[in-house]
Amino acid sequence: MNTPAPVERKRTSAWEMYRAIVGIGAFCALLIVSVFNATAARIADNKARFLSKAVAQVLPASNSTVEVSVDGSGALVAATESADLPVFLGYDEGGELVGAVITAQGMGYADNIRVLYAYSFEKQAITGFKVLESKETPGLGDKVEIEPHFLANFDALDARLDEDGSALANAIVTVKEGEKTDAWQLDGITGATITSVAIGEILNAGSSAWVPVLERHARAFEAPLPMEE
Amino acid sequence: MALKKTSPTDEFIKGLWRDNPVFIQVLGMCPALAVSNTAINALAMGAATTFVLVMAGLSVSLMRNFIPREARIVSYICIIATFVTCVDYAIMAISIELHRALGAFIALIVVNCLILGRSEAFASKNNPGRAILDGLGMGVGFTFALFFIGVVREILGSGTLFGVELFPEGFQTWTIFVLPSGGFFAMAGWLLVVNWIRQRQDDAAKQAEETAREAAS
Amino acid sequence: MNEQGYWSIFLDAALINNFVLAYFLGICPFFGVSAKLETATRMGGAATFVMLVASTCAYVINMILEAINAPYLQIISYILVIASTVQLVEMLLRKLSPATFRALGIFLPLITTNCAIFGLALFQTNKGYGFTQAITYALGAGAGFALALVLMAGVREKLDLADVPQLVKGTAAALIVAGVLSMGFMGFAGLGR
Repeated sequence: MNTPAPVERKRTSAWEMYRAIVGIGAFCALLIVSVFNATAARIADNKARFLSKAVAQVLPASNSTVEVSVDGSGALVAATESADLPVFLGYDEGGELVGAVITAQGMGYADNIRVLYAYSFEKQAITGFKVLESKETPGLGDKVEIEPHFLANFDALDARLDEDGSALANAIVTVKEGEKTDAWQLDGITGATITSVAIGEILNAGSSAWVPVLERHARAFEAPLPMEE
Repeated sequence: MALKKTSPTDEFIKGLWRDNPVFIQVLGMCPALAVSNTAINALAMGAATTFVLVMAGLSVSLMRNFIPREARIVSYICIIATFVTCVDYAIMAISIELHRALGAFIALIVVNCLILGRSEAFASKNNPGRAILDGLGMGVGFTFALFFIGVVREILGSGTLFGVELFPEGFQTWTIFVLPSGGFFAMAGWLLVVNWIRQRQDDAAKQAEETAREAAS
Repeated sequence: MNEQGYWSIFLDAALINNFVLAYFLGICPFFGVSAKLETATRMGGAATFVMLVASTCAYVINMILEAINAPYLQIISYILVIASTVQLVEMLLRKLSPATFRALGIFLPLITTNCAIFGLALFQTNKGYGFTQAITYALGAGAGFALALVLMAGVREKLDLADVPQLVKGTAAALIVAGVLSMGFMGFAGLGR
């Protein structure tokens, strides 16, 4: 006869508590850390691929890129770790500088919008534009991503600097659809006013921050080898 | 204690309709409404939740004699959080775009009352086999519910299904359905359908009972 | 470091991206408690309180996790620390201010594992808010949650007296009201720019 006596539910002993907490803690920690390590390489790969695809879209002429950041003295240096809003210099196959790619973000209609755009040193203008992340209203605000006449703004959105070289000569500003008269204006989208205005502000802020630095230092910047494709 | 008569298949089936987490138990509504704006998102969210349900249920069931009564909620939360973290990284490894689309709601699976509820009500009192079936049933039922809401929202709100355009150029999408309000309306719609079906089932059962009673008397 | 201004953060959390009506966080208590105006206001108060506590916890934990470089512990540490801190605060409240404790009552434990609280912690970390920004965010979120609850309760109390079809009564009606409220709140978009 081997029926065990019914277990009396007394207060759990300290040992049982300790054993359970340590056991469960160890089990959880082990599982989390192993999954993290197992997926880390794949995730980094995914992120890099996503970014390089986006960069290739806005700056098709570039064959390879280098992420740059600004050091204490205001000069450009190769970035040692990836920034939250990375900025890249793009080079063609011959190693010639073809342009810069800037990441910028700002508050749109619904939530934060994150964009990637290309700056051409030759034209001194923004020549490529892509929305990385947005939660704008589908069918309205998200038209900024696909509407042809809005994207036509980026054939050459003027971003030249003033005589000083320290700020944009003309601030990038969004105007009502069809009212664009100057090259530095962004022709908006009717029905998506707030989003269009937000894009204009984001581009203006990003360019004001980076174009002066890039114009001053990018040509002289020595790209370290090997560069990322 | 009376011997349970429920068969293993019943453990699985009950989650699909009779005890459907979203429409009957009305649990786990937050993700049901938030991530169901497209069919793909709904399926992905459902799959992730099912995974956590099954794994957490299995773990809790395996450790049920080991977890002291006083610390059980904390332990369940710990275990659930672990599997949610695993799912989070797994989705990031599979597709960055999908991870961005689901956003913080993957992490929010951890506070889905459904999982904690099942761990406490079922997994802690049954063997691993049944716990898995229960988790699977609830998960699949949850996924179905999300999927139905997602399908309605995507077709009406974007005119697509799984990204495939369904309507000719001139179709004006009912944009409200991919916005938060649409989530509420779509869920209300399905809830009405479910309530109506149950009403009819109850009425039919009552009818059958009455006829049986009359026949007996 | 996020550059958003305080007023913008507050409006964003309370109105433009209301936690309940735009993000679907905190739905369970929203439908469970919003039937009566009085319980709704108390729930709103309790939620704001817990959000402030959770926000502080999340900020501190995030600092630690960044220091030890263990981002994968985020989910598990947030939920465990927030749950236990609220428990602790509840015990402290019971000792130090029994009046407040009785006012908040049963709602404190109800809210702790609520998606709204956890969601707040996650969003705040993702947006990279500093400490004062995080507190403003929590206040805004709590205020928005309370506002949505009170509005909902007001409508539902009236609805209880109206002639609603049997099939629609209860959760379905509440969902439709929530949908209409959500549409209303969409009008706040672009505020504070």
